[in-house]
Amino acid sequence: MSVLVNKNSKVIVQGFTGSEGTFHAGQMIEYGTNVVGGVTPGKGGQTHLDKPVFNTVQDAVDQAGADVSIIFVPPAFAADAIMEAADAGIKVIIAVTEGIPTKDMVTAKEYIKDKDVVLVGPNCPGVITPEEAKVGIMPGFVFKKGRIGIVSKSGTLTYEAADQVVKAGLGVSTAIGIGGDPIIGTSTKQAVQLLMEDDETDAIVMIGEIGGNYEAEAARWIQSQGNPKPVVGFIAGQTAPKGKRMGHAGAIIGGADDTAAAKMKIMEECGLHVVASPADIGETMKKALGK
Amino acid sequence: MNIHEYQAKEILKSYGVRVQTGVVVDDASKAQEAAKKLNAETGTEWFVVKAQIHAGGRGKGKVQETGSNGVVLAKSLDEVPEKAKNILGGTLVTHQTGEEGKKVNKVLIAEDVYYPGASEPKEYYLSILLDRSKSCNVIMASTEGGMDIEDVAANTPEKIVKEWIDPAIGLQGFQARKIAFALGLEGNAFKEMVKFIFSLYKAYEGSDSSMFEINPVLKTSDDKILAVDAKVNIDDNALYRHKDIQELRDLSEEDPAEVEAGKSGLSYVKLDGNVGCMVNGAGLAMATMDIIKLSGGEPANFLDVGGGANAETVEAGFRIILKDPNVKAILINIFGGIVRCDRVANGVVEAYKKIGNIDIPIIVRLQGTNAEEGAKIIEESGLKVASAILLKDAAAKVKEVLS
Repeated sequence: MSVLVNKNSKVIVQGFTGSEGTFHAGQMIEYGTNVVGGVTPGKGGQTHLDKPVFNTVQDAVDQAGADVSIIFVPPAFAADAIMEAADAGIKVIIAVTEGIPTKDMVTAKEYIKDKDVVLVGPNCPGVITPEEAKVGIMPGFVFKKGRIGIVSKSGTLTYEAADQVVKAGLGVSTAIGIGGDPIIGTSTKQAVQLLMEDDETDAIVMIGEIGGNYEAEAARWIQSQGNPKPVVGFIAGQTAPKGKRMGHAGAIIGGADDTAAAKMKIMEECGLHVVASPADIGETMKKALGK
Repeated sequence: MNIHEYQAKEILKSYGVRVQTGVVVDDASKAQEAAKKLNAETGTEWFVVKAQIHAGGRGKGKVQETGSNGVVLAKSLDEVPEKAKNILGGTLVTHQTGEEGKKVNKVLIAEDVYYPGASEPKEYYLSILLDRSKSCNVIMASTEGGMDIEDVAANTPEKIVKEWIDPAIGLQGFQARKIAFALGLEGNAFKEMVKFIFSLYKAYEGSDSSMFEINPVLKTSDDKILAVDAKVNIDDNALYRHKDIQELRDLSEEDPAEVEAGKSGLSYVKLDGNVGCMVNGAGLAMATMDIIKLSGGEPANFLDVGGGANAETVEAGFRIILKDPNVKAILINIFGGIVRCDRVANGVVEAYKKIGNIDIPIIVRLQGTNAEEGAKIIEESGLKVASAILLKDAAAKVKEVLS
């Protein structure tokens, strides 16, 4: 079983007829993703990219059996779109939209908390299971099929990791771009856990950035599980200036795990294969697997 | 977005939060009049003159030209103009500004709130911010007002209390009471603090802020609770629905190069190193800075060109990086997904020719869609530009040009 999305996923695109939605829906269809339609309020009944347009997510679920949704709705309306998808019974919501107000995301995350749904993002490149489904904006050809899972906060760095893994003679099982916003649906630990439980994944690349404590939390969890699969870790921002984003109070909540150095140390202590240079991700993975 | 203390206090006041009253001036000649107005309004006879810059530590900070502190007390109306003059137009250096300091364009003439009375005035600390790990807001409070909260957290963490706010129900009365009791307040001061916390939280939510730091919050000698200072950070993503707050942006507080970059859709942060870089995506940009360091250089900047790397953005990026005299080499690192590498390569060649005499080595690493075609364009351009496809080759080339 692959993770989050596969060839059986019935995908809808929220914000289907907008320019971003149109372009990326086209790319996803070309990749072979099973896109069953899209949602644009007020345009229900029309056809776009040869697929049906629905007024509501509920209509898309009822009439097309949609179970995965990707969101390209503009930031001011994106949190509402997430809640609509969750309410309609969508199982996996992937929010690509960048720039959603934090207050809106606090509300949306609270709303979906007790529902049977996984939110990935927002502000993320999406999820891809090579040769099955691309539900995101990543260049599909970079992600050749294999047995390495990737979890990353950053878009282009995910592509970089995938490219190196492929060039090392390995390949990708599922890559999950979790997004870099202050409030995201799926944490590093939750994404790592999905890949640890996936029988098509042998090892994991975990890419983080300065800020927050997601990577430390994930590393400690991996160790608590007895390091069942090798994990290669990288934290971007070893040279980034401190405190550029948040003020004093933020640094306290973030705790001492906040810097790249601190995170890398924790990851190493937890038995991860930590690389200092992002150029070494592929080769290190090869070695970790004894290849 | 950061705003000034006097602007933050205006926002707080509009939500019913009691603040230290003040009048802002940009010229010392207007200071006495401002003080008179304040005296008429509040009856204050002493005045606090406070430099308005986007950085903390103003009280201990020094104005380079005059030696004055950034926050000073004037004990009469007549002292106000002189004290204001010693701060206005000067360069204030605090532990948060860096050694180059910040120019002071405005001072806030504020009432003295530490007047004697029935009880001793006492300072507290209050902040509201997002707790990312719990996906909700948290209110932090401490009896150690006026201190650097990082020091309090490091030395006496038990003196910080926290209340997390359930997004579904909002701030509740028992939570505000818990904080006020934890601060050791009683009687009227206790009631005032509960009210203060409620108004403050309403202001935080209403203004779509990502951080409020009120340090100090003061209990006056007659048991009033008020904000003596206010540091407010607004969520940039929510500014579209706060036109009034947007207007509070003070561009003179921001790095001119960063502002210029923003106009071209680039995200730029200047650093002190010798190798410039231009990258698509924030994560890859930080990773590229790390590569520069590991190759023996120091990153001169962070620059994310975003999703649309084309001739115009590359040219704008070049011009911004080249303004920095410390830059000895430039590494361009683009992972083409939707963006095609051959188009980026053409953009680089075009921008290079347009700018003319670039006399420092440039390394262009293009990977992803049409990477080989891109590399070919760079190599055949006849320019002094080295190309690479693999990240480790790019790193090796940076090392080469630095040695």
